[in-house]
Amino acid sequence: MPVSVNHSRLIYDALKECGVGLVSALPETWLVHLIRMAEDDPEMILVRLAKEEEGVGVSAGAYLAGTKSAMLMQNHGFLAAVNGIVSCAQLYRIPLLMLISHRGEFGERDPWQTEGGGVTEHVLQALRIPFAYLDSPGHVSHRIRKAQTLAYSSNKPVALLLCRDLMWED
Amino acid sequence: MLRLDALKSVYDRLEGRVVITIMGAVAAELQAIGHRPNQFYLQHAMGLASSLGLGVALTRPELSVVVFDGDGSILMNLGGLTTLARYRPRNLVHVVFDNESLLSVGGFPTATSTGSDIAAMAAAAGVPRTATVHTLNEFVAAFDEALAARELTTIVAKVDAKGPAGFVTDLALLENRFEFQRWLKTAARTSQPAS
Repeated sequence: MPVSVNHSRLIYDALKECGVGLVSALPETWLVHLIRMAEDDPEMILVRLAKEEEGVGVSAGAYLAGTKSAMLMQNHGFLAAVNGIVSCAQLYRIPLLMLISHRGEFGERDPWQTEGGGVTEHVLQALRIPFAYLDSPGHVSHRIRKAQTLAYSSNKPVALLLCRDLMWED
Repeated sequence: MLRLDALKSVYDRLEGRVVITIMGAVAAELQAIGHRPNQFYLQHAMGLASSLGLGVALTRPELSVVVFDGDGSILMNLGGLTTLARYRPRNLVHVVFDNESLLSVGGFPTATSTGSDIAAMAAAAGVPRTATVHTLNEFVAAFDEALAARELTTIVAKVDAKGPAGFVTDLALLENRFEFQRWLKTAARTSQPAS
């Protein structure tokens, strides 16, 4: 499977450096290594979800209780989580660090992934969620740290789009 | 059984525990009985109260967490029952007040009015302890047993479809949220041990 192990490790290590103690996730191809890394890490609480919206509640609970978290999801999962993001995280000013695999951009081969990619940024903008792209290993660590910093200073959700150029090795 | 009476009957047990409720009648009635800083009311995001409780329970195993859910809410997040069951935190008691209706938006019947059984669904999801109760005495007994059991429990309390006249209270959402977070920061020192 040509999902980059090295770049997944880079992302995971950056989350650890940021003090993330809980990761919620729903499996998707680009996230397999990240999820395994969380699974193999005895210090990490991994919450496997049935649907991404649950992750908003789990992260909100963890945050209020004093634990920093990250959410791993596909962009279709982000779309499935929108009501929770608005009516839990935004309504109650809860910081969320969302790492969203950005399927459906240039190079996408799976026909079923092609619709979500075109709307993801527009939905993020409509929700006024600050976001940036992770598309090159050089900026992974500091973009994750800066995204988390803004989430906590603003008490709001932020998003990082995990791009094909970073996650996939053709 | 009235939900208000059920809440009153266990109110003294809630002190020192993390209490999370759904929106609508549950939140308004618990506040009418008496707001405390350990009580958080998720006034929207239907379905996520149990997920929020899971997030607290997993990260703070030393605390006792009680979630007051409803049939309309949990029906929006049935998958969440499988997540609760998967991690089955021993410090979480999940109460579902089942009035078989969406009371706060006009009383339209939910699927529990036509036979859907939330306790059976929780059990099938893997929640180790479940019960359905119909009377106040049964409810109090089931609640106390769940606290003592130290095992994830879903209690479905069948209640009348009656609630308060209004749902907006004096407590601002953000005031509640910051107060609750502050309480959680000090809870380890001041709360009673999870039992």
